[in-house]
Amino acid sequence: MSKTILIVGGGLAGTIVANGICRQMGAELRSGALNITMLGTSETHMYQPGLLYIPFGRMREAELFRDQRKVLDKRVNFFVDPAKAIDVEKNQVTTEAGRTFKYDYMVLATGSRIMPQTIPGMKEGGHWFYDLDGARKLRTALNEFKGGKIVINVNAPHKCPVAPLEVAFMLHDYLKAKGLWDKAELTYTYPIGRLHALEPVAHWAKPEFEKLGIKYETFFNTESVDPQAKTIKSMEGSELPYDLLITIPPHQGAQVIDDSGLGKGGWVPTNTKTLHREGSANVFVVGDTTNIPISKAGSTAHFEADVTIDNLVSLCQENTFAREYDGKVFCFVETGLGSGTYVWFNYTTPPNPGPPSQMIHWFKLAYNRLYWLSARGLL
Amino acid sequence: MAERQKIDARGAFCPGPLMELIAALKLASIGDEVDVWSSDKGSASDIPAWCAKVGHSVVEASEHDGYWSVVVRKAK
Repeated sequence: MSKTILIVGGGLAGTIVANGICRQMGAELRSGALNITMLGTSETHMYQPGLLYIPFGRMREAELFRDQRKVLDKRVNFFVDPAKAIDVEKNQVTTEAGRTFKYDYMVLATGSRIMPQTIPGMKEGGHWFYDLDGARKLRTALNEFKGGKIVINVNAPHKCPVAPLEVAFMLHDYLKAKGLWDKAELTYTYPIGRLHALEPVAHWAKPEFEKLGIKYETFFNTESVDPQAKTIKSMEGSELPYDLLITIPPHQGAQVIDDSGLGKGGWVPTNTKTLHREGSANVFVVGDTTNIPISKAGSTAHFEADVTIDNLVSLCQENTFAREYDGKVFCFVETGLGSGTYVWFNYTTPPNPGPPSQMIHWFKLAYNRLYWLSARGLL
Repeated sequence: MAERQKIDARGAFCPGPLMELIAALKLASIGDEVDVWSSDKGSASDIPAWCAKVGHSVVEASEHDGYWSVVVRKAK
């Protein structure tokens, strides 16, 4: 009897899973013993890490997008029809267009989204680069910037945990090249008592900030933004004036997760090793959608997807589980417009970033293109 | 009715126990409790220090076999 794998979400994690299964289960797809269906929210696939480069004019918008049907293996039944209700008891998903999809196995890959509207004044008073519209507006603001106070404000939770540091270093280089660094005062705020969640990265960043003249304030969790007075207040009681506010807004998962009772804030309770939704043997969760306490990053999505491919193929072909996720995360860290480093860790190996180099920066630039091979399941 | 949520952040290098707590409290209602498990000894002092700054209550903090548990009640 034919089996159906339903993938909810067409971002990186869902796309890698779909393509990876196609590569391993060609015979079953040909015979009709398996079908794979994906429910996405858009005809296009966006390379999200590229958004960091848009405000600085270092990537063109068109470079961020591909037609999702071309990124996906042709054997995937792809619908741009977002899930509206997910019923894990009945093994079915109802979409916004009113279709109902049954499944034998489901992969939840609904991702995360920025929620500036959850902090009073942030949407009106802040700039960001975590979506295309925000990155465009920030590009305009930077083009018009002639000097003054810039605040880079980081909120929890957020995806791509090194991006806030990267934007600070890149902004320094950008303003310096334009001859505006001496007219600017850059302050970076972070929710906990150091400059980054990863302790070794924080220890490395602190003297770098001090060397470059980037100010910082830790234990800063945004309570409100006053767009008229141009001030930002923290829950901890401090207030900073700004001329340009670059915020990393707090994130939440997809609304459909919350609405379907699968997890508060859109984060699905997930087994840290098997990636099963807690309580479901036939539902896997990958990428930002999990509530696993690790970085919400593209690499996390990629490594989780690889494990999920092996497990789904193994379950379909051999009725057994293949392997567990070890918590692996890998992040490039741009340390300016011409240098970079990287950091990797898993559940048992702590991070240990190496010294920045031009070579690693170039590799990151190369990965900005190689990403499409990852999404296709080739890298 | 107030809820108690557990976050098992043992071995979590990034974003770490305090960031997980901050994120969870944003979604919690006043009176809800979050029990954070951390294998990082620093959490036993960092979490209460942050709660004191912001005004949340530390209900209990205890050391177990290789990890620390800190229960925080959302106060505002």
